[in-house]
Parts: sequence; C-alpha cells; structure tokens
Amino acid sequence: MWSAFWCILQRDLRLGLRRRTEVLTALAFFMIVVSLFPLGIGTERQTLQILGPGVVWVAALLASMLALERLFAADYEDGTLEQLVLTPQPLSLLVLAKVAAHWLLTGLPLVLIAPLVGMQYHLTPTQIVIMMLALGLGTPVLGLIGSIGAALTLGVRGGGILLSLLILPLYIPVLVYGAGAIEVSRIASTDAQPYLLLLAAFLLTALTLAPLAGAAALKIALE
Amino acid sequence: MLEAVALSCRRGERRLFQDLHLDVQPGSLLHVRGRNGSGKTTLLRTLCGLFTPETGEVRWRGKSIQSLGEDYRRELLYCGHLLGLKADLTAIENLAIASTLSSDPVRTHELWQALERLGLAGFEDLPIRMLSQGQKKRVALARLLLSHAPLWVLDEPFSALDREAVCLLEELLARHLGQGGLVILTTHQEVPLTSGRVAHLDLGY
Repeated sequence: MWSAFWCILQRDLRLGLRRRTEVLTALAFFMIVVSLFPLGIGTERQTLQILGPGVVWVAALLASMLALERLFAADYEDGTLEQLVLTPQPLSLLVLAKVAAHWLLTGLPLVLIAPLVGMQYHLTPTQIVIMMLALGLGTPVLGLIGSIGAALTLGVRGGGILLSLLILPLYIPVLVYGAGAIEVSRIASTDAQPYLLLLAAFLLTALTLAPLAGAAALKIALE
Repeated sequence: MLEAVALSCRRGERRLFQDLHLDVQPGSLLHVRGRNGSGKTTLLRTLCGLFTPETGEVRWRGKSIQSLGEDYRRELLYCGHLLGLKADLTAIENLAIASTLSSDPVRTHELWQALERLGLAGFEDLPIRMLSQGQKKRVALARLLLSHAPLWVLDEPFSALDREAVCLLEELLARHLGQGGLVILTTHQEVPLTSGRVAHLDLGY
C-alpha cells in the first residue's frame, strides 16, 4: 500500500521538477505580493512590524490558491486520474500522496524563503523562527483543505474562481492563528505555543479527513 | 463471470440504454457496437465502476462490484479514450508507475521487453509527448502485456494503430482469451479472432 504512496509522491515530484515554471510561479507570486506592501505603505519600521504577519499569511493563502488549480487538473485531462481511481489502492491514500508532493513543491519553498520576508518586515529573529514553524504547520493544512475544493471543481468551467470562493473562507482559521502566532511572539516566544498547538491540531484533523473527502469528490468528478 | 443485471444509464436527460442484461464468461469477448453517442463508452465505464448506473448493478464472480471494491479493480484493466500517460514522463516511467499501482510489480527488463514487442525499441527513453499518436497508443497497450488482470475493458483499442499494430493487438486478444480471460471492447472494425467466443451487443437500436 505504501509503495503506491511513494510511487505517486515520486511521480509528482519528478513531474514538478520537469515543469519548473508551475512550481516557481507560486513562489514568485508570494515574493512579489509580500514585497509590494512595503512599497505601497512606506518603509516605516513600526507599521511594517504590525502588518508583517498578516501580509505574509494572506500572501501564502493566495499563493497556495494559485497552485491548487493544477493539483488534479493535469491528471484529469490526460486520463491518469481515471487510471488512479481504477487501481486497487485506496484512493484517499493516493490523494494524500498527491497533496504531499504538491506541498513539497509549492508549500515548503514558502517556508524556506520566510526568513527573507521576515527581514523585509523588520521581524525579530524569534518572530522569524515562529513564522517558519507556523508556515510549516499551516501551509500543509491549506493544501489539504484546498485539495477538496480542487477535486470538487474539477472539469467545471471557470473552476478557478469557484475554487477561491469555496476554499478561501475555510482558510480563515489558519490565517487567524498563523498570523496570531507571529504577532504574539514579538514579546515572548512562549506566547506563541497555544497558537502553534492549534495549528498542529488543524493539521492532524485535515490529514485524517481531507484525503477521504477529496477521494469522494474525485469519484463524483469523474462520472 | 461478469454480469450486468437490469442496467439503465442516463446522461442528463437522455436515456442511453435501459434494462440491459449481459453475461460475459471466461474465454469470451464482448464486442459492443453502436452509433456515435449510443452510450458505448458509458457502458464500459459503468462496467468498470467509474460511472454509477441509474438502476441495476454489475456483478463480478456473482458479487456486486461496489461491494468488491479493490478486489474487483485488481482484476480489471481499463484502457479508455484518454490514454492515461503522463506526457512529461518516458514510456518506461509511465509503465513502471502503472504496474506499481496495479500491485502487479514487474521487473525493469520486462518493461523494456514489452515496449520492444510493441515496436517501440529506441523510443523507451523519450518523453511521451515526443511520440506520435499511434506510438502513444502502443505504449498504453503495452500494459496489456504486463498485466495479469483477467478482465480487459478496452475502449476503441484499434483507433490510431497501423496495420502491424492491429495484428499484434489481435494476437494479444486471442492469447488472453485462450488463457481464459475476458475482453469487452468497442470498435468500428470487425474483430477477426481465431480462438475464443465473440458476442456482439448493439446499442442504440
């Protein structure tokens, strides 16, 4: 069973690396959105420190939305999705593998580039560490929740807009606690602990439930 | 062995067929015929479990395919209109993934042999998007050589193939039927088979 998981994970990573533009657009989008704010509102240190956590998270949500649309679409178009549904493997496990590969390609780079963004917004070193932790816990949740929406809007004309309408409201808890964690860690890093624990709880819930919902949605989409 | 009982399918408002009964036994081939849009593909997808029929059910070895789930899919090989190949991966990679996922792992040299048999020697390491339509179809059909599934459901397997490949496919079908396999296919060509029983089903009349 796990060999199927690894197989899909490797396949999607390999495909992602052969088509680097799709991977790099999400990252470039994130960097550009984040860099636009200081240009628009001025470079005053205090303002940026207050706005930083929120801006980073909003940009992360939008970047994740941007990449989601292609999560199942390519497989749907070339018929590999059909074949995945017909393999004697639990479909939810294959969905989980696809989301994992998707996160490694589009979520992890955001986490790794976060220190650079933190410096742009004059965040303290502890805040930057907390931001990386929060993004590390939060971006997989975005991918998992988003996969349900991507599966539901598969094959729908104008699916991209519908996807944002469906999914962005569900991202709000992650946004609130993710930005909150960075915000409160300005004074003491321990203050961020409950926020991070909540994000971890979101992640565990999403890990168990989202692949099941995604698999069910995919079966409907293929009819 | 594969039975459909009182099957009715509807796409939107249009009823494609109703109260359809069929029974395919080991060693026999069912050739589904009909005009364009008569529901051949829908019937095939229903038999695979990709499409839920309005009424009726599909049974494999006497049990409903819904309840069998993975046990049914392990014994099924479906080749649809869409070939199910990743354009950015090579033929070998595509086949290796397909065989790993079907829990039917094969050794790498068997993959090379299968591609050579289908006349794709020298093209194994090229991304699929560099191949012609007929060659892509051949890669998809290479799965027939590698799979041990008793039930083959093939949607227009002969399209885009040249004469030589058509002969090869006929040979593969005959061998599969000779080994007690089941085949359900749609095609606008006559299937001249030397062994096995051929039944016809005409849709849309």
